[in-house]
Amino acid sequence: MSTASDRLLVELRGVTQRYGRGARQFTAIENIDLTIREGEFVALLGPSGCGKSTLLRIITGLNQPSDGSVHYRGAPLRGVNPHATIVFQSFALFPWLTVEENVAVAMRARGQAVEQARHRAVELIDMVGLDGFEQAYPRELSGGMRQKVGIARAMAVDPELLCLDEPFSALDVLSAETLRGEVLELWTGGQLQIRAVLMVSHNIEEAVFMADRILVMDKGPGRIVAEVPVTLPHPRDRKSEAFAMLVNRVYALLMGQTQPEEIEFGTEPGQAGQTRALPLAPVTALAGLLEHTNATPEERDEIAQLREDLGLDLDQLLPLVEAAELLGFARVANGAMILSPLGEAFAEASILARKEIFATRLRRLPFFRWMLRMLAVADDQSLRWEVLLTALERDFPPAEAERQLDIASEWGRYAELFAYDDAEGRFFLEGRPVAQG
Amino acid sequence: MAATRRVFTPAPSPRPQFTGADALIFLIVAGLLALGVWLAQAAPAEVRGPAISLAPTALPFYALLSMGRMAAAYALSLLFTLVYGYVAAYNPRAERWLMPLLDVLQSVPILSFLPVVLLSLSAVLPEAIAVEIAAIVLIFTSQVWNMTFAWYQSLSTIPGELREASSIFRFSRWRRLTTLELPFGGLSLIWNSMMSWAGGWFFLMAAEIFTLGDRDFRLPGLGAYLQTAANAEDLAAIGWGILTLVLVIVILDQLVWRPLLAWADRFKLELTESDAPPQSWFYNLLTRAAFLEQIGRLFAPLGRAADALTTRLLPPPRPAAAPASGSSPLGWLALLAFAAAALAGALLGGRLLLQVPPAQWLTIGLGVGTTLLRVAAALVIALLWTVPVGVYIGTHPRAAAVLQPLVQIVASIPATALFPVLVLALLAAPGGLNLAAVLLMLLGTQWYLLFNIIAGAAAIPQDLRYTSELLQLKGWARWRTLILPALFPYLITGMITASGGAWNASIVAEYVVFGGQSYQTLGVGAQITAATAAGDYPGLLAATLTMVAAVVAINRLIWRRLYRLAESTYRME
Repeated sequence: MSTASDRLLVELRGVTQRYGRGARQFTAIENIDLTIREGEFVALLGPSGCGKSTLLRIITGLNQPSDGSVHYRGAPLRGVNPHATIVFQSFALFPWLTVEENVAVAMRARGQAVEQARHRAVELIDMVGLDGFEQAYPRELSGGMRQKVGIARAMAVDPELLCLDEPFSALDVLSAETLRGEVLELWTGGQLQIRAVLMVSHNIEEAVFMADRILVMDKGPGRIVAEVPVTLPHPRDRKSEAFAMLVNRVYALLMGQTQPEEIEFGTEPGQAGQTRALPLAPVTALAGLLEHTNATPEERDEIAQLREDLGLDLDQLLPLVEAAELLGFARVANGAMILSPLGEAFAEASILARKEIFATRLRRLPFFRWMLRMLAVADDQSLRWEVLLTALERDFPPAEAERQLDIASEWGRYAELFAYDDAEGRFFLEGRPVAQG
Repeated sequence: MAATRRVFTPAPSPRPQFTGADALIFLIVAGLLALGVWLAQAAPAEVRGPAISLAPTALPFYALLSMGRMAAAYALSLLFTLVYGYVAAYNPRAERWLMPLLDVLQSVPILSFLPVVLLSLSAVLPEAIAVEIAAIVLIFTSQVWNMTFAWYQSLSTIPGELREASSIFRFSRWRRLTTLELPFGGLSLIWNSMMSWAGGWFFLMAAEIFTLGDRDFRLPGLGAYLQTAANAEDLAAIGWGILTLVLVIVILDQLVWRPLLAWADRFKLELTESDAPPQSWFYNLLTRAAFLEQIGRLFAPLGRAADALTTRLLPPPRPAAAPASGSSPLGWLALLAFAAAALAGALLGGRLLLQVPPAQWLTIGLGVGTTLLRVAAALVIALLWTVPVGVYIGTHPRAAAVLQPLVQIVASIPATALFPVLVLALLAAPGGLNLAAVLLMLLGTQWYLLFNIIAGAAAIPQDLRYTSELLQLKGWARWRTLILPALFPYLITGMITASGGAWNASIVAEYVVFGGQSYQTLGVGAQITAATAAGDYPGLLAATLTMVAAVVAINRLIWRRLYRLAESTYRME
């Protein structure tokens, strides 16, 4: 299966997905060109919010793109692609059906007779190694076993294109590793109908371990920024130097390089130009990261190493590194994070001194300059949550605007720039005269 | 492969063909049949006429008739629920006006519907049929709203990935309904059905005898029996009537609801095993019986036919297009038709309302005030006893095991059935009807509170309970810091339902015909009933609309705010 024939399976041209309308329109993914050929295992990799799952739903026909074309085997795709199937992150098993019924229902839905469907279901359950669990309910199974049912169900419809939507991210480390090997075995064994695999992932090692080609995506708006072919032969050795080099290369691609401040900071909300979204990094986790790196001999960390040391997944680590970068505590180059003197100072400072450093850094960010000015000119120097949220919704989609305000609220309160009263749902400028009573 | 061995030989059923359980079920069915035959023979000859026989032998037949009405109304409610909820959940444009409409509809006092329905029906249908249909429609309106809300809510909370799985595996609409949507909403639909039946009994009692101006509509049934018995001040007959009612309710609970709950336990969404799944002896019996499987096999082709039919009629749902497409002409047409109907209704209603003299408006306003006071009084009394009792039951699992089923049965006895007894006892006392009215509201609504409080108390996390013990919080401090805040969301939910029920009950409670004489106190409920009895349609419309406005306003201004506060601040998660 490793020899890629030239036959095109999936072809996307200029695919764009927008949500909302008018002034509040947001682009989830923009102008994506993508092809999947027969015999390929393609991985889509990117930070959360880069639209990789949206892309997977467009490829399978679950969603229709706002713009651009989707072709399958040369014909335009209309509706759900009958030759594609998905293994879901949350397994998406019907809790009220037994293992066998869960697998059989996929075949019954395509008009197979009861007996035939049951027969094939039992075969498939046996194939994924769940022999003996046919009559069990999903709630009786461990996460790894549930995902095996998900895989058996996906195989039941004899798919040509197998889509894996972060299939191992809800599993514990050991089960995930076992299942990765088993999926690869199914794929390289070649006795199934599958012609190509598309896997959405936010785990770089996993992508390098399994895929023939990695498409690296970035957000704001979601787009493909790089394509990394993986030519290592299967089975791949995670300890090999070639493997480590590839992993580091992908990390470097994903993290990019620290930009000059005016690009890094963006513009204030409501003004022309791109507003820099705050990375969703909790303050305590950020402090932990800085302390960890400060404890290393050269005050620098390979990000791949960091991920392993801290046991964080990429979705948690990326925002932390981004926040350290944005606040000037560290810079990123060639897939490594290097602490700045300010970052060192922060890591070694007392609680109160940390708050002061944090506050001075926040005041430099356009986002916080805007928020503080809004509060300063408001009556009573206070504003309702909804007012700020509405203002932010001109720059961010509603759900993202809420997350942005949440994280801004956490950062600002930590730095004691402003206070927030939950019962009233209002922000107050710190140090404003407090009304008595 | 191990699998192939097993599959080619059709697995023989592991159960014997006939078991002891089969015999028992057969006996029960035979018994029920015999009962039916006996009922038919014992039915008094004058049942068809307006006279209601007070002989106890007539009771089983009356019970059967009442049951039939309830069942018919429930079937209607279920159908309405499934369709309305489906449309509201899947059509965003329809959702925008369907849900607020439902919110207003459920605030309309149910008994005010009846004269309108009754008169319009009796104009086109023979009177006997019209009365029957009117009663069914009335019960329907008392059952349907909470079921629809529950179904809508289930549909809109189905996890996205399960929905996508049904799309990617190309489920037909029918398969989607039977494999995903009905199982997902099943448990909440069953619980709400139980509540709806309780509500249905409440109004059935009041709906079987109805005086409208000079017309005296009546239907043979349990409710009519009880009212007639009360009118005749026949205590023995009242006793027999209530006994029959309780029996019917217990039988329904044991043979229908408990088994359903035990069966539906598999539809729980949690992927963990529950500690104490609901039990039912009748369900266990049914599952042990072999004949059910054969019946299932008999019906299997029916399901397949339904599948094929719906697949042909309804195309599979299309993929979600990113921007909503332009509005369909059909939607506009429907909107136009609704607007026209609303306009006509408003004109007609406006003309009627103009006939209401200012003095009457003033009385109606006063009536709303006094009814509000009664509702508040009933709520306060209910809170006073349900909070301690509910917390006790909720925090003592052993007591709950004994008390909960008992309370559930007591709660399902419709307060309207007990009302004649109450009136009989209290009418002589000063302010008797006033007291009786508050008591009836209390009887009808305290259970919502109690059940919510039990659930809330049981949901207090063990960790918090340990912490408050470690901190040695006792007495009032413990209530203030732990129990009351933890209960708050449940209290609010219970009180919203209870106050809605109390407003509705005011129509029955504030105006009573007893011993051939009518008694009434000041209150908007009494005004509605009095206007109905006198055939004063302008007055009826004015009082009803005022009440709807008051209830909706109270919901929006008070309950909704409290609810939001409860959700945001006091929800344990």
